[in-house]
Amino acid sequence: MEKFEKVVSRAVPMPIEDIDTDQIIPARFLKATSRDGFGDNLFRDWRYEQNGNPKTDFVLNDNTFSGRILVAGRNFGCGSSREHAAWALADYGFKVVVSSFFADIFKGNALNNGILPVQVSDEYLLGLLDAIQENPETEITIDLVNQQISYQDQKETFKVNVYKKECLINGYDDIDYLINMKSEIEAYEASSLVV
Amino acid sequence: MGKTLFDKVWDAHVVKSLEGDIDVLYIDRHLIHEVTSPQAFSELEKRGLSLFRKEKMVATPDHNIPTKDQHLPIKEALSKHQVDTLLANCAKHDVELYGLGHPFQGIVHVIGPELGITLPGRTMVCGDSHTSTHGAFGAIAFGIGTSQVAQVMASQCLLQSRPKTMRITVDGELKKGVLAKDIILYIIAQLTAAGGTGYFIEYAGSTIQSLSMEARMTICNMSIEMGARGGMIAPDDTTFNYIKGREFAPKGEAFEEAVSYWKTLHSDSGASFDKEYTFHANDIEPMITYGTNPGMGIKITKEVPLSMGNGSQDSFNKSLDYMGFKPGESLLGKPINHVFIGSCTNSRIEDLRIVADYVKGKKKAENVTAMIVPGSKQVEQQAIAEGLHEVLSAAGFELREPGCSACLGMNEDKVPAGEYCVSTSNRNFEGRQGPGARTLLASPLVAAVTAIEGKIVDITKHLN
Ligand code: SF4
Repeated sequence: MEKFEKVVSRAVPMPIEDIDTDQIIPARFLKATSRDGFGDNLFRDWRYEQNGNPKTDFVLNDNTFSGRILVAGRNFGCGSSREHAAWALADYGFKVVVSSFFADIFKGNALNNGILPVQVSDEYLLGLLDAIQENPETEITIDLVNQQISYQDQKETFKVNVYKKECLINGYDDIDYLINMKSEIEAYEASSLVV
Repeated sequence: MGKTLFDKVWDAHVVKSLEGDIDVLYIDRHLIHEVTSPQAFSELEKRGLSLFRKEKMVATPDHNIPTKDQHLPIKEALSKHQVDTLLANCAKHDVELYGLGHPFQGIVHVIGPELGITLPGRTMVCGDSHTSTHGAFGAIAFGIGTSQVAQVMASQCLLQSRPKTMRITVDGELKKGVLAKDIILYIIAQLTAAGGTGYFIEYAGSTIQSLSMEARMTICNMSIEMGARGGMIAPDDTTFNYIKGREFAPKGEAFEEAVSYWKTLHSDSGASFDKEYTFHANDIEPMITYGTNPGMGIKITKEVPLSMGNGSQDSFNKSLDYMGFKPGESLLGKPINHVFIGSCTNSRIEDLRIVADYVKGKKKAENVTAMIVPGSKQVEQQAIAEGLHEVLSAAGFELREPGCSACLGMNEDKVPAGEYCVSTSNRNFEGRQGPGARTLLASPLVAAVTAIEGKIVDITKHLN
């Protein structure tokens, strides 16, 4: 996994609540057997007409906004556990999603793919969305080491699990950790009532 | 202080606790299917790893398979490739597989319980969020992403932060026509689609205890629709009787021994939960959803609300626009052209019996296309043995072969854009049943009545 320390970027605003993973990547695009290329179908049905023409009023088709940070309404990533949602966001180029609330499975999937979910307060989210709308060139800084998000003079700290933070900064993932634990896992199997 | 059911099962599976409140959790059973496993197998191969405990895995294709002519090769090239990849991976890594046509094939969450793979006290995972279904047996079961599928393949473990605990108690006797699906839609409407996030739920109370195993599965299945990591119910005699004699369940003395352990799996009287809710069965009526998340549910006779509590009005309006409904209007009388009975929420034999029982001797309305998709080959065979398929086809329902089908619209079973579908599945998200499709979630009984009437009605007036 790529190492993650700091992201300084403009952002794409998506002030919609309860964005579920079926919107992020609809099921009919889950037929691939590799992890690549999902970005083309990110937000497919919000982004394109059924005939494949881009919907001009959707933010990803609006040149005014760009950047590696997606700022979305609360309860982002609810619904299906499909990791394809995280792959699609990453493949499109997002490194960070900011919201005031994340669904659990999505949060885990994002972290496992080097995308940082940054949970901020409702007020901070509103302020940030306003600032981006007012000036799409607003730069946002996500400082993972100090767990701080900032734009203009607005700062807020966010939480990250210490272990997960370590993984992101060093580019490790869980599987690296687990395969080095084999003997402990075997000892557990021998000692417990595993069935 | 006593322990909760959740604590008992979780604690028994902690291999090691790490700094930062993360546990290495041992996983007893891992179910896989064609859509979320191929990239995990590739990951393993890329790293030169093999399966750590292949005998703890079971595979079946369900999400991306046709529900017609399953004996013929799959026509759609990408779907065929995905299913073939599962077959090839299972052959190569020697994983137990129930492929198309196998008597044990079906939706992962339907076959686990019916084969006796799902047992009280186990930890179970699958690359699918409705793995919460298995919690009905007093197991800790939850959905995972593909990276985690690879982790379990490589180590039989997962790194997990310990969720908070919530108990939802439902007491009292259910009214006529109210099913488990109504209970869970009611609870989600009260708690909202994010109300359970961060929690593992235990469902308790006299109403829950009175339910059959299949009804309990319907409840636990939809825990994820409140954002919860999972849901569970303490095992009791209903559970033990259900498990007894199933294919992979312990037999003879081993079963008796298991039961005496399973009997210890309940929340102690002094156990405390991070959050508790209590509901009364008497307040619950047949439910239906009007919006684009499962928290947007109402009693079928009530009006669409004007807003969603403290949710954003823009998101609420966007949702109603998509559905073509207006705030404050009643859904009664709305014509419905599609009825889907299926999915891991409501495709078991009891669901099919409920539908058959109601439609017996009746005919579906002309405007309705009614599809019924059994959850597994075993359910299908049982339905045939009981003659349900004849009752259903006489009523104009199309009985398909087992799979996820129109629950997620990954195969050709889709609802056309703009059309309404009363569905017994679990998600009414935009486009879930096909681009532009409008889904209304309901119980199998509501679905059956809708199919006959061709519109939404107050079902209680149609029950004798
Ligand atoms: S039936 Fe629907 S919810 Fe259940 S596993 Fe299949 S796709 Fe998922």
